[in-house]
This record gives sequence, structure tokens and C-alpha cells, in this order.
Amino acid sequence: MVRTYLLLAWTWLRASAQYPGQLATMAIGSFAVNALDVLAIWVIFEHTGSLAGFGLAEVMFLYGSAGLSFALSDMLFGNVDRLSQHIRTGTFDTMLIRPASAFVQMAVDRFGVHRFGRTAQAAVVLGIALSQLDLPWSRAWMIPVMVVCGIVIFASVFALGGALQFLLTDAPEVANAFTYGGGTLTQYPLSVYGGELVRGVTFVVPLAFVNWQPGLFVLDRQDPFGLPYGLRFAAPLAALILAAVAAFAWRAGIRRYRSTGS
Amino acid sequence: MIEVDRVGRSFTVGRRRTRTTVHAVQDLSFTVEAGEFVGYLGPNGAGKSTTIKMLTGILAPTSGRIQVAGLDPARRRTALARKIGVVFGQRTTLWWDLPLKDSFELIRHLYKVDRVDFRRRLDELTGLLDLAGFMNTPVRQLSLGQRMRGDVTAALLHSPAVLVLDEPTIGLDVVSKAAMREFLRRLNADHGTTVLLTTHDLGDIEKLCRRVMLIDHGRLTFDGTLDDLRATVPEETSIEDVVARLYTDGSVSP
Repeated sequence: MVRTYLLLAWTWLRASAQYPGQLATMAIGSFAVNALDVLAIWVIFEHTGSLAGFGLAEVMFLYGSAGLSFALSDMLFGNVDRLSQHIRTGTFDTMLIRPASAFVQMAVDRFGVHRFGRTAQAAVVLGIALSQLDLPWSRAWMIPVMVVCGIVIFASVFALGGALQFLLTDAPEVANAFTYGGGTLTQYPLSVYGGELVRGVTFVVPLAFVNWQPGLFVLDRQDPFGLPYGLRFAAPLAALILAAVAAFAWRAGIRRYRSTGS
Repeated sequence: MIEVDRVGRSFTVGRRRTRTTVHAVQDLSFTVEAGEFVGYLGPNGAGKSTTIKMLTGILAPTSGRIQVAGLDPARRRTALARKIGVVFGQRTTLWWDLPLKDSFELIRHLYKVDRVDFRRRLDELTGLLDLAGFMNTPVRQLSLGQRMRGDVTAALLHSPAVLVLDEPTIGLDVVSKAAMREFLRRLNADHGTTVLLTTHDLGDIEKLCRRVMLIDHGRLTFDGTLDDLRATVPEETSIEDVVARLYTDGSVSP
């Protein structure tokens, strides 16, 4: 699967090299749009010293780590949310006749440099936050773990969104609410939201494990919602469970696939 | 090589109050032996494409059993893909922005074809289908005839035992059509490749298929030789008229 992904990604990159100008514009554009997000956070802190109990560097840390997870996941798998388009035009059929995973083919389709813009921006924000925070290694080890778990969680959400499109070919936007909505939700400390929502994203769609719960450990903070301490280490478990559910849903979706006429 | 046993595929269409079940294919049974060349005929919406999609593992049947090259297509889709070749006349399976040459190279990797075998096969196909002139052209810039030849090449690079073609001559001019037919005839004769093709062009059937199957309203209404098919409507002389009669009458009494 990894081999197929890399092979196809490399092929698409070469194909897209035919339009270098367009590529640079898109990568820079994507970087700039996301940089505005950071500007928004900075503007908030111009008016207040803290956001729901978190200082600027801490918010930047939560933003950057979730952003990095989401950006990498979006870069690698985000294209899956175009599934309904491929179903409607019949190109999904042509993926199914190849001896390769349909999920991988969907994910890597039209892979291009423009997918790197957001990743670069998130990495820069995370880097700045880390240099401000000066974290001890006894807590910083969690950072790579949470980024990887975050990638798995977002990838699973993308796969679930894709699986949903096997049923709702006409409404891909429903899936976007969870994928891009989840990406945006995790950019801020969850304490800015209500308790009901936080319980939902902890125990139903486990977005709280992308950066919030492990982030509380890294930042050594009390949980404003008083949830058990052990949840801070539950991100790998949450990621695994969600990935299993997503894989099951995707397979069920393919079994129910109806193709189009002709 | 292909075994279809009492296969059905239904679709539910509409929402809530208007929901109905459409039986695209019903109680379909046939067997295709290795080395056969079979034409699969039927009016629009008869269930031809649905059958092809079930044989290639794109669609799972709602009932019955299918075996292609010894595999259950829907369950063993990727394993089956290495053993069969598929061509859709209506859409390309090639990568739109890639030059033909790169598409083929990609297929070599995806199908894990040995480099020497690949080279030999590609040279053979390049000669037979006259591809040399547009090997470096991106697929989107190819004419329909060129693209179709590219698609057929792509489907054969891994030397499949079975080739399934869904309307391979649709939209082709007379010369391209003749070349395509001659190529398919030789492929079947020289390599023993089992070929199943759907078409609306009865010239394809007359020139190529020793056996014809006819499907209508999702059911197999005829299975036999071209001569048998003619004999079902003795008063008509051309094969076009025979088939037109069979389509409108909806049933065949052998």
C-alpha cells in the first residue's frame, strides 16, 4: 500500500511539473490563507491576555500541533472527500479494475505540491510555540505521539466521510462538516466550547485526542472539564479504534457501491 | 474461465414513498470456456454493463455466484485484476495528464510485471496497434481512436487470460474499427486469450464472435452461435434485422 502510494504520488508530481507556475501560486496561496488564521489568534491576544485560560504560546501550541496533524492527513488522504465526484463521473470504476487499494488510489489522485502549503504553515506555528514554551523532555515526548495519532484520527475521519459518500452521492458537503469542521474545531483550546460538545468529541468522534487531551499533559494543565487523568494517554487507543471503524465503514461502502449507468 | 450461476443484481431507486426495486440482472447463468470469443448483446439498459461490472468485481451481485479465472470477483477484486484485462469504450482507464508511455510504466509497477516481459509485450502491442507516433503525448490530447488503442494496450500489458471489453468500437471510424477488430481476432487466435465483448455494432459480432449471448430486461434470452441466432428469425435476412426483431419482441423461442 505504501509502495503504491509513493509510486502514484511520484507519478502525479511529475505530471504536475508541467505547470510549475500554477503549482507555486497554489502552494503560496494555501500558505498565505492559513497564515491569516494565525493572525486572527494574534489579534485576539492583542485584546486579552488569555483565551479560556491559555496563554498565547499555549494556544499556538494547540493550534500548531492540531494543524500539523490535519495538514499532513489532508495532504495524504484529504482527496478521499472527492469520492462522490469520482462516482458520478465513473472514474471510480476505473480505480476498481486496478490491482491496488481503491482507498490509496483515491487518496493519492492528483497529488501535487499545492498539498504542502498548509503543512509548512502549521509546522512553522508549532516551531514558534515550542521555542516560547521551553518544555521539559519528560513531557515533550508526547508531541510526536500526538501528531501521529492526530494524523490517524483525521485520516479515519476522511475515510468515514468517504464511506458516507457511497450512500450520499449527492451530498459530499455532509462529510466535509466532519473533516474540515474537525480540523477547525481542534485549532482552539476545547475549553472555549461547551461541555456537551467536548464530551461529544471525546467519547463519540474522538477529536479531543488529536491535541487537547495529550496537549494538557504536555502543557501540564488541569482539565477544565474534570475528565479522568488517564485520558491524556489514550490518544493511540482512540486512534486505533477510530481507524478500525473507518476501515470497516469503507469496506462496507465498497460492498454497497452501485456505480453509475452505462 | 467465466462461470455465472443464477446471478441477480437489483437496485433500489427513489426516496421513501417512490422507492422501487429495479432488477438490472435476474437469474443469469452462463459459462465461458478458455479461448472462447463471446459477444454480449442487448438493448440499452438491458443489463450488459451491470454484468460486466459484476464480472470485474466493481459491483457485488445481490444473489448467485460468479467465478472468473477461479476467483469470486467482488471478494477477490485486486487478485482478479492481475488476471483479467478490462476496457471501457466510454471512458479511459489511463491517467488523463500523463503521456501514454508513463501510464504504461505505471501499470507495469501496479501489476508487478517483470521488466523483460513488459518490454517484449509493449513492443509487440506497439507494433500491432501502431502506437509509436503518440507514445509521448498526454492522454487528454489523444484522438478517440488513439486513446482506445492506448486503453487496449494498457489492459493487455500484464498478459491477462481474460479480456473484457465494454463497447470497444464505440465512436471509432471505419478504419480504426477494422484495425481494432483485426487486433482482437489475432489476440484470441495467437494468444488464446478469452474475450468477452459487449457492443451495439453487429459488425463486431459478425467479424469476431463465434458465440453470441443476448440479454434483455436483465435476463439471458439467447445463447448460441451466430447461425443459430439467424435461424431464430428465418424471415429476416440481415443480422441487424434479426437482432432488431429480437429486441422488440423481447423473447426468443429457439
